[in-house]
This record gives sequence, C-alpha cells and structure tokens, in this order.
Amino acid sequence: MKKHLISALIAASLAAAPALAAEGERVRAIKARGELVCGTSTGTAIGLSTLDETGKWSGLEVDYCRALAAALLGDAAKVKFVPLEFKNAFAALQSGSVDILARGASWTFTRDTEMKFAFIGPYMYDGQSFMVKKSRNVSKIADLGGASICVSAGTTSELNLSDYFRVNNLDFTPIVANSREQNLANLEADRCDAYTNERGGLAASRLGFADPDAYVIFDEIISKEPLSATVKQDDPVFHDIAAWTYYALVNAEELGITSANVTELANSSPNPEVQRLLGKTGDFGTKLGLANDWAVKAIATGGNYGEIFERNLGSGSRVKLSRGLNNLWTKGGLIYAPPVR
Amino acid sequence: MHAPSSSRLTPSRVLAAARAYPFSTLLTIGLLYVALWLSWHIVDWAFIAATWQAEDRAGCNPDGACWAFILNRLPQFTFGFYPEAERWRACIVLLAPPALLLLAMAPDFKGRRWVIAGGFIAYPLASLALLSGGWLGLTHVPSDQWGGLLLTMIVGIGAFVLSFPLAILLALARLSKLPALRWLTIGFIDFWRGMPLVAVLFMSVIMLPLFLPPGYEISRLGLALTGLTLYSSAYLAEVIRGGLQSVGRGQTEAALALSFGFWRTQTYIVMPQALRAVLPGIVNSVIALFKDTTYVMIVGLFDLLNIVTAALSDARWLGLATEGYVFVGVIYWLLCFALSHVSSRLEAQQSRVIRQDRVLTGSTQ
Repeated sequence: MKKHLISALIAASLAAAPALAAEGERVRAIKARGELVCGTSTGTAIGLSTLDETGKWSGLEVDYCRALAAALLGDAAKVKFVPLEFKNAFAALQSGSVDILARGASWTFTRDTEMKFAFIGPYMYDGQSFMVKKSRNVSKIADLGGASICVSAGTTSELNLSDYFRVNNLDFTPIVANSREQNLANLEADRCDAYTNERGGLAASRLGFADPDAYVIFDEIISKEPLSATVKQDDPVFHDIAAWTYYALVNAEELGITSANVTELANSSPNPEVQRLLGKTGDFGTKLGLANDWAVKAIATGGNYGEIFERNLGSGSRVKLSRGLNNLWTKGGLIYAPPVR
Repeated sequence: MHAPSSSRLTPSRVLAAARAYPFSTLLTIGLLYVALWLSWHIVDWAFIAATWQAEDRAGCNPDGACWAFILNRLPQFTFGFYPEAERWRACIVLLAPPALLLLAMAPDFKGRRWVIAGGFIAYPLASLALLSGGWLGLTHVPSDQWGGLLLTMIVGIGAFVLSFPLAILLALARLSKLPALRWLTIGFIDFWRGMPLVAVLFMSVIMLPLFLPPGYEISRLGLALTGLTLYSSAYLAEVIRGGLQSVGRGQTEAALALSFGFWRTQTYIVMPQALRAVLPGIVNSVIALFKDTTYVMIVGLFDLLNIVTAALSDARWLGLATEGYVFVGVIYWLLCFALSHVSSRLEAQQSRVIRQDRVLTGSTQ
C-alpha cells in the first residue's frame, strides 16, 4: 500500500514538473523574453563581475554575457544579471531561473556529468595557490606543514587543499570562512598562516591590504581551475551559441579584430577567415539560428578576448594580472578556438 | 569597616577608600585606562585621521577611516539601482515611517488612531505602488532595481505589516475550540518555525520555478516578501498567543455573557490587553525580522549589507571592509535602537494609563 502511494506521488510530481526542454527551447524562451538572464557573483569577484557606483556591472564574465546577448538578441543591453552566492549558483542554473552561469566556476568531472551541466570552455585558466605574510619567510608549500590555512567554505579550493596536503603527508588546520573579506581579515590578523584561493583572486585581493607588498603569493599551483561559463545540458542549440560566441571573441583576437575596427573589417577585409567570422561570406550565423552579423555584434560590444581581459584584469585594470596561461596559443598560452568554417 | 555614610566625594574619602580596597582601586584604574585608550583610538580613527573626500583609496589617509568611500557610494547604499530621476519617490518612502512615527508619538495628538491605522494599512501598499510606478505618468521601475536601505526598509516593514494580522489570526486559531482548525494551525506554525529562513528563501527561488509553467515568473521581491511574511508570522503568532493566554478567562466569559460575541470580545476586550502584555516580545520579533532581511541576497536582491559587500570589491576602493561594515552596523543599530526606544515609550505610556485606571477604580469603590 505504502509503495503504491509513493509511486503515485512520484508519478504526480513528474507530471507536475515541466517536460524536459526540447532542442532549441531555451533559445526560443530567451528570444520570447527578449532578455538573457546571466547568473553572476554577488558583485564580489574582482575583475570578473563587480558593480560600480552607478550600479553598472563590469568585469570579464559580465562582458562575456553582454557579448552573448548581442550575438543572440542583437543588443548587448538585453541582459539581466542575477547575483548569486556560490552555494546557490548551481541550483539556480539547474532550476532554470538563470540561462547561463558566468560566476567563476571551475569545469570539473562531477559538475559536467553528474550535475548535468555543459561547460562553454575556459575563459580563464587559473590555479590554486597560497598567500602568506612576507615576514613569515616561507616561499613554498612544503614549508606550510602544520600551518593553519584560511579557505572559503564549499569551494573546490577547500577540497583541493585537503587532497594536496593528504597526498603530500602534510598537516594543516583549516580555518573556514564564508567570504573573501573574512578570509583576508583572518590572514591579516594572523588567525591563519596562509590563505588559499585561485591565483587570480589572490592577486586581486592582495590590493586590498594596507601594505600589499607585505604579502607574497606562491608560484606553485596545487590545482587546475579552468573557469568556464556553464549552461544546462538540455539545449545543445543554446550551448552552441554560447560556445561559439566565446570562440568568436578568441578568434577575433587571433585575427586582429578589435571593437574599434570590427565594422570596418566586416565590410572591407580581404582575409577569408575574417570574412567568414564576420558574416561577409557564408551563412554561419544562420546555421546557429542567428543573424549573420552575430559575431560583429558580439565583438563590437566589449572587444575581442584580449581587450576584455586587459580592460578587466590586465594592464588596463588595477589588478595588473599578466596573461600567462590566458594568452593566445600563438603567444605561449592556452587560449585557443576552433576555426569558423 | 563601615561604608562612609555620606555620599559626598572628598579627596580624603577617596584616598581612604582606595587604601581600604586596593584590588578594586587597581581594577578601576586599569579599566578606566583601557576605556580611555580605546575611545581615543576610535575617535582618532573615525574622526581625527579620517578622510572625507577622495577619488580612490590611494587618496585616503591610511591611518584613519576612509569615509570618502561611503560618501561616494551613499546614493547607491540608500537607493540601490533606483534610477536617479525617480529617487524622490524613494525619498518619500524612506522618510514616511519616521515622520508618521513622530506624529503618532506626539503628546496630545488627536488623530493618532488614524495615523497608526494609515501607517499600518496604507503605507506598505502606497509605498509599493509609488516605488513601482506605472500609473499617473510615473515611469515603471521593476523591483529588481530597488536596493540598499530602501529595500531593507520595504522588506522589513512590508513583511511585518503583512505578518501581523496573519499572526493574530493564527494565534486565535491555535486557541480555538475547533480541533481541525487548531491542528491545522499548529501544523502551519511548526512547519514555518521548524524551517531555517535560508531554506525557505532558497526553496522559493530555486524550487518554485521547477513547478511553474516555463516563462511564468514571480518577481524576486514578491518571493522574498512572501517567504519572510510566512516565516515571521509563525513566530509572532506564538508571541501573541502568550498574550492571549495571559488575559483571564473570566473576562472572556463575562463578555460572552453580556452577548458581546466572539469577534467583539476579542477586538474590544481580549486583544488590547493581550497585545499590551506582549509588546516587548513583539518588538523583539520585529527587530529579529528586520535583521533577517539581509537574507534576501539568496533570491538575488541587494539589501543594505550586501550592496556594501559588493562595493568592497570595487578595485578603486579595495580593502575598506572595516569602514563598510562599521557603516552598516551603525545604520542597523540606529534603526533597531529607534524601534526599542519607541517600544519603551509605549510601555511607559501604557503603565501610566493602567495606573490611572487603578486610581479611578479605587476612588469609586
């Protein structure tokens, strides 16, 4: 009897839940809504997604969402940013209350398979490292045996930390906090010996100390953190559009297309690769179900990948992060996009 | 050893006391020193060495507070992303509660009843209508653009005003003689009291869309207000039930014998005494509710605390967490202090009324 009741309940809840999205359904929903809903950080990811004093979002992740809105809807302003705390972010994507997540999430096996997400491709290759006070005179992870280490709750950093220390037979005491501010305050007040996070995040948050030079960030990296935009696995059409918008930005950098010259090159470039990307020849936009000038719109929004990186994290910003692994493959980095043909 | 009989402090008396109680004296001097040292440092940090005008953190004196950051962002902290041209509407909404409160507290003010009723019923509806606009030529401002202190006030006051009548009904239903009603109410109250607020808000924003037809959306503010209202009504109901049970049964029986009827008995006899008795408990719940409003970040809304947290990541002002959180703390403290002050005034007023009643009844006997 009880069994029957339970199976009836399950059947009822399945009937109540909306049917699995069909191919292209998410794209249709976005077009009908006239707005892309992009999940970002709560304004706390320096260089990736922050708010200025007029309430305008800026950062690398934000610029990507704007470019996607421009490619998909023809207007970079047609995007709504929904701030999400990390612990709620994946659930929000799963429930469909955001279309895409661009929120400093690493591409991992479980998230890709068990959680049924699809990753767009890393917009930033990061890795976990440690920041300590210079006065401690330690410069490598092996020196951190027995140390207390500040780490953010619920992140992959927390897992990487315990994995690495266990494998290398080092003791440590985790000091877990919810926010970066808390972790930094703990480090500053010597409540922990080291603070662990992605190197990009460490470099950005070091700027906040009264004396940034009193802190060192280790060169060693204990994890691979490929930060990628994330979508649900249910609509391959939307995944294609999101991925190829990102590839368009990367290809644009490789081909020397910038926000300043994109309209000019779209009309006059003799380079067949540029012509295909910008819609002069072929019908690549149409194949995605978009206007043929989709890439022009996306690139004109915030520039190519390199421009976006330099403005938000690199030499054009206060963070002054060198490109390192995030340089083009032609310049010794890992940023690479498949060709448009 | 006898304590000095006179309370006048003369130098010789102080010296005698110091010699008689050396440990207390040392402790007093030590504590005085610590207090002075602390307050000197706080005053020095917050005022003397503070910077009030700067373009970024580099322009601030590193030894003092950098209030320039707060001043620079003050409009955003107050109004969130509310469009600049429309902020007068937000100003009215923010200034109305203190104005109404002052009016209601004014001695010998005849229209107090109306002000309180208006404040309770009209204010939340009027302010929601005024803020969202879309009528009489007011431009529509979607609720996800409201933020900062404005949002904190709207959510706090809105949830309280909506949950209060609900709580009264729940408290009455819980004491009802009808078993079905009583058990339903007990279930409702225990369900909402048993769930953490975070879970309530999380479910409303994450789970609800799963069961709604695609493309159907409820505003995030609506979700947050509903969640907070149901949550706090369960707590308030229990506070009010305490009050109801403190009123002697004899009074209800007497009123019913005089054919007052259930609702009139409650309205004129039981409820006024019950609410008076539990006023501190109600204010306690209100203050807790007010502080719980910061959980609206879970549904993606920037209240005062979270908009300040976001501002702390602006590369121009990095590392000013102390200033930001001190600012938020002071604002919260001021608002909660005002609330408890109002409640103690009301209590004092009422105990005066009760004393007068006793004198009157005493004289007629």
